[in-house]
Amino acid sequence: MALAIHPGAPATSGRRVAGVLLRDRGAVLSAAFLALIVLMALGAPLISAISGHGPNEFDTAAVNTDLGGVPHGAFGGISAEHPLGVEPQNGRDILARIAYGARVSLLIAAAATALTTLLGVVLGMLAGFVQGWVDQVICRIMDFLMAFPALIFMIAILSSLPQGNREVLLVLVISGFGWPYLARVVRGQTLTLVNREFVEAARASGASTGALVFKEILPNLRSSLIVMTTLAVPGYVGTEAGLSFLGVGVAPPTPSWGQMIASSVGWYAVDPMYFAIPGTFLFLTVLSLTVLGDRLRAAFDAGEAS
Amino acid sequence: MARYLAGRAAGVVVILLLVCLFTFVIFFTLSPDPAVMICGKTCTPERIHQIRDALGLNEPFLTQFFSFLIGIFAGRDYGEGANLVHCAAPCLGYSFQTNQSVWDMVVERLPVSATVAIGAAVLWLLVGIAAGLVSAVKEGTWWDRAAMGLALGGSSVPNYVLALALQYVLVVQLQVLPFPQAVAFGDDPVVWFQSYLMPWVVLAAGYACLYARLTRANVIDTLAENFMRTARAKGLSPVLTMRRHALRPALTPIATIFGMDFAALLGGALITETVFGLNGVGKMAADSIAKNDQPVIMAVTLLAAFFVVVGNVVVDLVYTALDPRVRITAR
Repeated sequence: MALAIHPGAPATSGRRVAGVLLRDRGAVLSAAFLALIVLMALGAPLISAISGHGPNEFDTAAVNTDLGGVPHGAFGGISAEHPLGVEPQNGRDILARIAYGARVSLLIAAAATALTTLLGVVLGMLAGFVQGWVDQVICRIMDFLMAFPALIFMIAILSSLPQGNREVLLVLVISGFGWPYLARVVRGQTLTLVNREFVEAARASGASTGALVFKEILPNLRSSLIVMTTLAVPGYVGTEAGLSFLGVGVAPPTPSWGQMIASSVGWYAVDPMYFAIPGTFLFLTVLSLTVLGDRLRAAFDAGEAS
Repeated sequence: MARYLAGRAAGVVVILLLVCLFTFVIFFTLSPDPAVMICGKTCTPERIHQIRDALGLNEPFLTQFFSFLIGIFAGRDYGEGANLVHCAAPCLGYSFQTNQSVWDMVVERLPVSATVAIGAAVLWLLVGIAAGLVSAVKEGTWWDRAAMGLALGGSSVPNYVLALALQYVLVVQLQVLPFPQAVAFGDDPVVWFQSYLMPWVVLAAGYACLYARLTRANVIDTLAENFMRTARAKGLSPVLTMRRHALRPALTPIATIFGMDFAALLGGALITETVFGLNGVGKMAADSIAKNDQPVIMAVTLLAAFFVVVGNVVVDLVYTALDPRVRITAR
């Protein structure tokens, strides 16, 4: 069945991998948590409407102005009114900010992954397929980008760029330094695939270059692409949060998890929930993505071995 | 060998020049005018022009770029007449904020970054490799599952979250450690150790998790090799097969990755140093970025790139020493 739908599908069919993942408790839990986060991100306006607190609404009644703005009540002001508590000082609702922050984090990570994959696949296949000087140039660029202290450089670029659309800039910068890691693998696999019999056969029977690339080579890269991109997403979520934490990422008042943790640094001694909540969400999201990518790789590897 | 080294050295220089050029272009074209920032609120156009002149910012791009490069190797002069300041080689310019020589700032802070990096490296190598080895030998047991589950979880904790959590538990709640202070080893070794302990743990945690997983995978692969079966078949004890035959091929790839990771850290552990307020190169980078202090950002970027690129060469040389199958031939 699967073969009939995807003419070039490799031996490891999607259905077999899905079956393996469904039987893995870690993978199912991770997927469930990620689905929850995605739902929360999509339903952020709904959450705000129900609780009656927007992500940037100040609620001075929820904080104790006499004590420098520490939230009223235990655990960072957790109450029926504010299920995850409020920010110290201005009393913004943490649940609303987490939900809106999830939008920013996931959107940036997804866009960065898409752009990285596009760049990595196009340039990697170009290098492996055309070879010659094109390959040389692309390889040099990759060496150059990978020799960079990427984090410091990303920060240097982001800090010197004008305050424009931070989200777009973040995606561009993260992908600009991320694509070589994918392209290197794509190039290597393309190099070996180009010389395989089935590609030569297709070429001999008069297939166009486009057909060779899209019908013969690309389908064979599918499993490693799925695994590599899944394993890259948690890295991008972490990078976005890290850059926002350092103050060069998403600009306030737009909420982002990294930025929330950064603003909690001065409060960790009196209001530990302020960093614990966004920290936990960030940790669990990265962990779920990592576990999912790890299990996906194991499932694909097992398919190749059999 | 000499030809190989010369080729690699040339490659290092080319990459560093490109890093320089790239950073320079970005600052030259995109950054807000540093003269306006230095001048402050009570500012006149003449004063701005004066400052731009003193900093050499009125020169064309290429002239500025080449004076920067010449400054690194031969030193350079800033301003003219009575305001002339000579900056001796290696000259990386003066901070826009404090007017300190950037080179002096780097030299002053490098030992802190090195202390953070070396301590963390020792910790993560010991813990990571030991945990990975035990897991590989006991593959499939509860220890293996627990250790690898922990490693997977540990590598997902962002280090600033770990830093805040540790500080909250150890410093605020249990009060077993003082808040990290800038103390020299000679002044008070105990406080020095206590101050660096949390940064080491925070920085090492992520790497230790990664290295444990890598070591485990490599050792399991090596144990399945034919030469291991031969070693066992000729009656070598498990400990000896491990020590004499398995460790070297299994750990050589780890040495390569370690070289790269460590080199990258010498250029400053940005987040760890910032969170713990350690005055190293990384914190200097973060501070200068916040204040748009371009000469300092430029210097830190170059320094970090230098360590990474040179580290790359060292790793390749060490690799040939560790793995006799790889031999250097001049291309």
